[in-house]
Amino acid sequence: MDASSPETLRQPAGAPDYPGRLIAVEGLDGSGKSTQIRLVKSWLEQEGYRVFFTEWNSSTLVKQATTKGKQRQLLTPTTFSLIHATDFADRYQRQILPLLRAGFIVLADRYVYTAYARDAVRGVDQPWVEKVYEFARKPDITFYFRVELEVSLRRILETRAVLKYHEAGMDMHWSADPVESFKMFQSKISMEYESMREKFGFVVIDAGRTIPEQQEEVRGIIRRTIDLRPFKHQQVPQA
Amino acid sequence: MKTRWFREPLPEVKDASLPGRLFVLEGPDGSGRTTQINQLVQWLEKRGFAVRTCGLGRSELVGEELEQATHGTILTPLTRSLFYATDFYDQLLHTILPALRAGFIVLTDRYIYTLIARDLVRKADPEWARNLYGRALVPDVVFHLRVSAQRLVQRNFEKNSTLDYWEAGMDLCLSDNMFDSFVKYQRLMNARFLELSKEHQFEVVDANRRVGLIQADLRAKLAAHLGIAP
Repeated sequence: MDASSPETLRQPAGAPDYPGRLIAVEGLDGSGKSTQIRLVKSWLEQEGYRVFFTEWNSSTLVKQATTKGKQRQLLTPTTFSLIHATDFADRYQRQILPLLRAGFIVLADRYVYTAYARDAVRGVDQPWVEKVYEFARKPDITFYFRVELEVSLRRILETRAVLKYHEAGMDMHWSADPVESFKMFQSKISMEYESMREKFGFVVIDAGRTIPEQQEEVRGIIRRTIDLRPFKHQQVPQA
Repeated sequence: MKTRWFREPLPEVKDASLPGRLFVLEGPDGSGRTTQINQLVQWLEKRGFAVRTCGLGRSELVGEELEQATHGTILTPLTRSLFYATDFYDQLLHTILPALRAGFIVLTDRYIYTLIARDLVRKADPEWARNLYGRALVPDVVFHLRVSAQRLVQRNFEKNSTLDYWEAGMDLCLSDNMFDSFVKYQRLMNARFLELSKEHQFEVVDANRRVGLIQADLRAKLAAHLGIAP
């Protein structure tokens, strides 16, 4: 059996073996990253490029179990980590990788770095998590939307009447007050992102600026980093 | 028991004193694990030991969902592996560790070795698989019920009159007929188990014999570990 065969567990290392391109966005809740990646999607589609969009924690394979685990508060740091890895692996092997091989530009709202940051904050050590996610290719561009903690907190707290239990990191029992817990959790996540920034080559976007300003910068970086021509619908992609 | 982890302790575990004992029965489907465990539970309870059992795919968190998924067509080797790892750690955290902390004897119907062997047969990086289960508790003893592939076929047909898709390794495309695939897959698994057996010092039990003989063998071995008369 060929080592790169999708039927096996082993993943090829090194250079991409696909013609597609992968762009991921990372950042705190309320950093505006989802808004920006949706604008990128809309731009690329209107320009006639082959685009696929995927978001964190959205696979149908484990959705029922994740919902149950959260409702009944069954999840611990380790199982929280693994159930999200299963979710990601499902989207990765059934959508992200096949689409990259078919020559699509894949846009990911959150990627493995979200798992690294959240799991580390929950006390699951990063080398273990990184090894679990070893099958995932590094994105061609990872935008990190850096925002003042106060700004992101305000954005979330203004739009959410109630913070969800895990979203607020209530499972860590740092504070009985959801808002206080959320602030502590986000602050720790922010530190994890900063510590990963250089290691994984994040492209930092100042998310304190207006939406169009950020979008202009993001589009510029994409144009300079990726030759978009082969991704036009009428082109046949070459590996 | 002496608390030992394969690599690192789980981040959830603060108090690592575990007065209970953890015994594992490994072996393929049709090796008689479940029958043997049921009889061992009765024997141990008669002697005043509190016993808890668990086994692959029985977690509250994902057991049901995993069962559903194995009947579908969307699992890949990777997602199946991660799904089972989630199931395993949920049981370790919510069943095995609490029982050991309370002084129970825990008998598990398969453990991480089956999961690792399945991954290795599917060409997983051994280091990846070992990392995945590096936070598991090392059992006091692993009993490996060894059965020849030919006898397994007979036992599976006696039990279900059909071979299970996964136990026949049909996802590996070893053969287009299920019988040959089953035999090939079980041989591959056996070869991996032999390696794991050396690495982790399994106590091998010849399970080609009758149920009563296997049970007597297991009781004698368990009694020695527990320091009681068989």
